[in-house]
Amino acid sequence: MGEAEVIPLHGPDRRTRTEERERADAHMSDVDPESTRVRAADNRLPDLAELITFVRRRLSGAYDVDEFGFDKDLTDNVFYPPLRLLADKWFRMEVSGAEHLPADGGALVVANHSGTLPLDAVMTGLAAHDAHPAHRHLRMLAADLVFQVPVLGSLARKSGQTLACHPDAERLLNAGELVGVWPEGFKGIGKPFADRYKLQRFGRGGFVSAALRTGAPIVPCSIVGAEEIYPKIADIKPLARMLGVPYFPVTPLFPLLGPLGVLPLPTKWYIEFSAPIETAELGGSGAAEDPMLVFNLTDQVRERIQQMLYRRLALRRGVFRG
Amino acid sequence: MAAKVVLVTGVGGQLAGSLVARLATDPDIERIIGVDTVAPSMRLLERMGRAEFVRADIRNPLIAKVISNAKVDTVVHASCTAHPAGPGRRTAIKEMNVIGTMQLLAACQRSPQVRRLVVKSTAAVYGASSRAPAVFDEDANLIPASSSGYSKDAVEVEGYVRGFARRRPDVDVTVARFTNLIGPAVDTVLTRYFALPVTPSVFGSDARMQLLHSDDALAVLERATLTSKPGVFNVAGDGVLTLSQAIRRARRVELPVPKSVLPMTGRMFRGLPLVDFSADQLQLLSFGRVVDTTRLKRDFGYTPGYTTGEAFDDYVTGRALRPTVNVSWLRGLERRLGSVRQRTGDADTGE
Repeated sequence: MGEAEVIPLHGPDRRTRTEERERADAHMSDVDPESTRVRAADNRLPDLAELITFVRRRLSGAYDVDEFGFDKDLTDNVFYPPLRLLADKWFRMEVSGAEHLPADGGALVVANHSGTLPLDAVMTGLAAHDAHPAHRHLRMLAADLVFQVPVLGSLARKSGQTLACHPDAERLLNAGELVGVWPEGFKGIGKPFADRYKLQRFGRGGFVSAALRTGAPIVPCSIVGAEEIYPKIADIKPLARMLGVPYFPVTPLFPLLGPLGVLPLPTKWYIEFSAPIETAELGGSGAAEDPMLVFNLTDQVRERIQQMLYRRLALRRGVFRG
Repeated sequence: MAAKVVLVTGVGGQLAGSLVARLATDPDIERIIGVDTVAPSMRLLERMGRAEFVRADIRNPLIAKVISNAKVDTVVHASCTAHPAGPGRRTAIKEMNVIGTMQLLAACQRSPQVRRLVVKSTAAVYGASSRAPAVFDEDANLIPASSSGYSKDAVEVEGYVRGFARRRPDVDVTVARFTNLIGPAVDTVLTRYFALPVTPSVFGSDARMQLLHSDDALAVLERATLTSKPGVFNVAGDGVLTLSQAIRRARRVELPVPKSVLPMTGRMFRGLPLVDFSADQLQLLSFGRVVDTTRLKRDFGYTPGYTTGEAFDDYVTGRALRPTVNVSWLRGLERRLGSVRQRTGDADTGE
């Protein structure tokens, strides 16, 4: 096991970012506006036909669901479009490093968790799907609480999530799926506003042993912006206990404004995937039995994400401007 | 070792009865004895041909005499009820399942001729909950879905079978864990459930269902009887249907009701076969259950002929379920739209 990796705080500076943006703009202007308009008009009729085909497919049950309950048809056609709108218009999400995700085969994406509601997980899934040329679906590992809640549990399964447990994680990785995990768990998602961007303890490192056993690379991922969407300034513990939830958040808008309080603040989001940490050469299942190696690797991943967060935060001009 | 004298329990049931009928056509088997407390239906009895039916209770020590006198070498224990069709007398079924298995195994242990034991078990032994892994393999923990239901019986039965295998290592023991059976002739709580015109479901949950066609179940039992394939095997069709998907495929209307109210809705549909929403069943309808069948295909050497979807469709067409909802008008609309598109497309190219 190597030493803790030193990552420069001021890596890619702001100039490269604006350059990237310009390049993207240039690419957009390549497309002839005339031709896009023509295509849009042409598309209207097929769209309607597609919609009817979709409705019929749904109503007659002629679609596939995998053994984890993932409904690809529903996710792509129903879940993603509104989320895409939220990501583009509300959070103005920028994704970088998607090329670090493998085009096929298993990989474990590990990210920071925050935001009171797991919007960050949902958005990371969308980012991986949209930014990667292979349009891979991120299969997230969720807490058992999610599956106990009536509607939430079934939505989670349909959108490709499953219970965070060893058998499921290893089955997904062995099947060559892209798996997402948020090892901070409730400690991370429910952290007070004052602790934003401070990574919490990474559980017992179960995700590392799953990666070691399956030889899947670990892709650290930083999410900036999500930690400010619902600034949790207080926690009503007795109410949380009564409802059986890990915390009952008080934000500037919730519960003061009632249902309006679930409106997330329009922060600017950056999701960055970093270069993968290979686990295949570390010794397979034998290595998974070595707690010291597992702890070290867990720390390495945690450190990498923390550095990515600090670097991005140093570049950020404002929470909302980005 | 080839099976010469086969004893099958629970032949009053559809599956065991069909197994006996199938074995009766095999000339290599000298004698087939079917045991049950109730006689099989006349139609089934006809199909059984040369097989003998013994009306006996496996809870009675008399079963030991039958096994030793007939020099039974292969015992197929298929009488355990895991998915009773309707509400039944719970204690009686539990007695039959657990005490019956104990007596049968005791008799097998005493008889030196017994060389092979095949036990029909159920995937319900894995339970179903929000904390369970999505897919169970054979090494998963056995946690019954409720503390007093049929799945608890099945876990206890498997415990006794393991004990028997330890005491008689010379006997090949095959345990087949079937997922819910489905097929045109199957009468279980699930087939009755899908036959309801309006299908009540647990609000806010959409269970993953993995089904097994009765033909595949029969083939697996037959193979386990005739060839030596010791071990525990999950048996299920490939693929998964969610409950809502299955209801749509049966062209039924789903009626989501809160979990606590669901048991009552079973009694609402008078005149229809009663559907029992036991605690086990409720857990299954809320969380579902999927099993890994790698071992069945690799070690047992059998790949089910029907996938879950095909098995379910066969049940729907075989039962001739009258659709409650009809979506064929949508297909008509689609076709019309397609022709409009073609016409406009032709016009465009013509210009």
